[in-house]
Amino acid sequence: MKRHLKATGLCLALIAGFAMTAEAKTLVYCSEGSPEGFNPSLYSAGTTFDASAQTIYNRLVEFEPGTTNLVPGLAESWTASDDGLVYTFKLRPGVKWHSNDKFTPTRDFNADDVLFSFNRQWDENNPYAGVSGGNYQYFGWMDMANILKSIEKTDDMTVVFTLNYPEAPFVSNLAMDFASIMSAEYADKMAEGGTMEVVDNEPIGTGPFVFKGYKKDAVIRYEAFDDYWEGKPAVDKLVFAITTDPSVRYQKLQAGECHIMPYPNPADLDAMEAEADINLMQQEGLNIGYLAFNTEKEPFTDKRVRQALNMAINKDAIIDVVFKGAAAKATNPIPPTMWSYNEEVEDYPYDPEKAKALLKEAGVEGLKTNIWAMPVQRPYNPNARRMAELIQADWAKVGVEADIVTFEWAEYLDRVRKGEHDTVLLGWTGDNGDPDNFMFVLLGCEAAKSSSSRWCNHEFDDLLRDAKKTADIPTRTELYEKAQVIFKEEAPWVTIAHSIVFMPVREEVMGYKVHPLGSHIFKNVSLAE
Amino acid sequence: MFGFLLHRLSVLVPIFIGVTLVAFSFIRVLPGDPVETLAGERGLSPERHAELLTHLGLDKPVWEQYLIYVGNILQGDFGRSFITNKPVLTEFLELFPATVELAFCAMVFAIVVGLPAGLVAATRRGTIFDQTLMGISLTGYSMPIFWWGLLLIIFFSNTLGWTPVSGRISFLYDVPRVTGFLLIDSLLGDEKGAFLSALRHLILPSVVLGTIPLAIIARQTRSAMLEVLGEDYIRTAKAKGLSPTRIIGVHALRNAMITVVTVIGLQGGALLGGAILTETIFSWPGIGKWMIFSVSSRDYFVVQSGLLLIALCIMTVNLLIDLLYGVINPRILHQR
Repeated sequence: MKRHLKATGLCLALIAGFAMTAEAKTLVYCSEGSPEGFNPSLYSAGTTFDASAQTIYNRLVEFEPGTTNLVPGLAESWTASDDGLVYTFKLRPGVKWHSNDKFTPTRDFNADDVLFSFNRQWDENNPYAGVSGGNYQYFGWMDMANILKSIEKTDDMTVVFTLNYPEAPFVSNLAMDFASIMSAEYADKMAEGGTMEVVDNEPIGTGPFVFKGYKKDAVIRYEAFDDYWEGKPAVDKLVFAITTDPSVRYQKLQAGECHIMPYPNPADLDAMEAEADINLMQQEGLNIGYLAFNTEKEPFTDKRVRQALNMAINKDAIIDVVFKGAAAKATNPIPPTMWSYNEEVEDYPYDPEKAKALLKEAGVEGLKTNIWAMPVQRPYNPNARRMAELIQADWAKVGVEADIVTFEWAEYLDRVRKGEHDTVLLGWTGDNGDPDNFMFVLLGCEAAKSSSSRWCNHEFDDLLRDAKKTADIPTRTELYEKAQVIFKEEAPWVTIAHSIVFMPVREEVMGYKVHPLGSHIFKNVSLAE
Repeated sequence: MFGFLLHRLSVLVPIFIGVTLVAFSFIRVLPGDPVETLAGERGLSPERHAELLTHLGLDKPVWEQYLIYVGNILQGDFGRSFITNKPVLTEFLELFPATVELAFCAMVFAIVVGLPAGLVAATRRGTIFDQTLMGISLTGYSMPIFWWGLLLIIFFSNTLGWTPVSGRISFLYDVPRVTGFLLIDSLLGDEKGAFLSALRHLILPSVVLGTIPLAIIARQTRSAMLEVLGEDYIRTAKAKGLSPTRIIGVHALRNAMITVVTVIGLQGGALLGGAILTETIFSWPGIGKWMIFSVSSRDYFVVQSGLLLIALCIMTVNLLIDLLYGVINPRILHQR
């Protein structure tokens, strides 16, 4: 019996072994969840973007993999007018579209495709506006409808965007997933047949991989696009094996059932590092984890109280315990890898005595408050509960008694938006690499109605608004640097950490780069024999 | 028989109404709505929020929403997912076979192992064998599914490399969908090795999902057998000089099966509960995972219709069990 079992085991192992070598050019990515769909303009989850925008599609401008630098994509070049209102994009000639059993393109990519891709999201009268639910989340979040005045094609290969007001981060927005370019010809053809939703479910793009099929919650298949304008990807096939549990993803990676996995369990990192066939890649994430004070509630209206509570927190301990050392202490609301980061700003030192004195000065004694801890794991905060406990203990040392409060995620966000908290743990991961995308979105006066700090400082806000008006990076840098000084002095947050993002890949994977914006990009990846 | 069936069916109507009510209100009691949940950390303006709620028909009074929901269901329209924008019924039918296949294999495993184990334990009552078996089954019954699943993966998939870690079939095979049951579809297709791959992927999840039912079946069989073995007619059979095999296999087992079948039937619902965890561990694309995701994203339409569809399936299974019960124990058919 025993021998028999052994033989069976050997057979199975052989089959598995052959399976991997026979298809050596298939890259398997153990993705963390199911895509919501395959049209990135309709959705907001990174999981969806990885499966659509980063594989199937391109944008006019792209982020260079591994950085937030903008590089030409479907536009070969672009120019901005001096007043920052008119952007002219020269399109790339000879870019081919994918084909599938319903559609064979008759022409290359041109200006009509650009117009279609944006008008669908912008113009309510576009025949495609309401298709597939018609909820264009990022187009709304990035305020594109207000920014844009017109989009026109001046010839087949030139598109002119005119803005209502100067908005410096505009070009960065065009590199975001929601701005992926879709085929107008495909859309027209499906509209004729009355099957418009097919455009979103059986996607046609210009990207490095051709969509081959999706089995819900199980697997997504792609093939390398032979005519890809940057050159055919190094692997022949790409498979997303949907594996929601991080421990199981790790098991699959170990067993060689996949080559790359995102979002490892922090507890598994040491083991991964020790493993010979796994290469644990890492990069500083473009994120911030923070504790926000509800500045509309007493005594947090007083900045001395906020400063004191800043000084009372031992951030080193948090980095050690919660992040297992895999994070940098945060001083500013933007991460140090982002341009305009102000090196001069000094963080509040950990000084319980001074904190006590400052609280006394503010007339606060025996303060009872709460700390809200997120129920979910995020790159900027892998364990909010634990973090809250550490802060609770630190504050107890300066005579502040805090209860830890938590709710189910949807409820948590809902209540935070309504301002029910005293202090709350939250965070942010950048969308487009622009400082505006951190500071204006999280701390501007426009956001204050529902932001976690409900903080509106007009001096700070004016700086941010001025910085939107010019595309000149040195000028903008100066404005953001000033804003960071005000932010630190006013202390609406305790800036806690910028975490490091880990990406375990098998040793045979070559050319993979961890992307600071959180996308997973496979076009440059190859597999060693 | 017909009267019995009619009686059973008439009970289903109030259950149906109850289920729609529960499914409908359960998800609405939870704080946060789908629009808000989708927006996440970013949030959205109150105007846009209101606009989207109107678009989804969620601005109407709750009773009106309920009537629309039930009205649509009676016309066979189960609504669309707010997230994927696909009809709920389509998604359900796509995922349901995976769950059924897994639950079926788990059940087969539980019965094939559990029933003989219980029988043997009953006939050797009080021996070491009996005690060990019952000890193991008690352990199995209290096994935390998540831990058990990971343990098996680490041992069989990683250390020994015998079974795949997760999924339904190797990514090498793209089996065209005919029935949705991969064991059948892979045989219908012409890809060599697909069936074997599907079978190998079923082993660990079936064992994990089948562990608790197995323990219950083994214990139930044992106690039912012990009870029956003490009956007068067994003594009579022994006195007649029938062989032990015939006594146990025919006289005792047939009567013991009545309770065992009931227990097996009841496990149907429990299996769906266990399937949620098992599907999560083994990345099994079934309805358990789908429901969990839909609840956390507050996809009202998926949750309310998905729960109803699951309930309808369980009701059907229970009805079938009732009928089967009638076949085994004809007295039942004449009770009201």
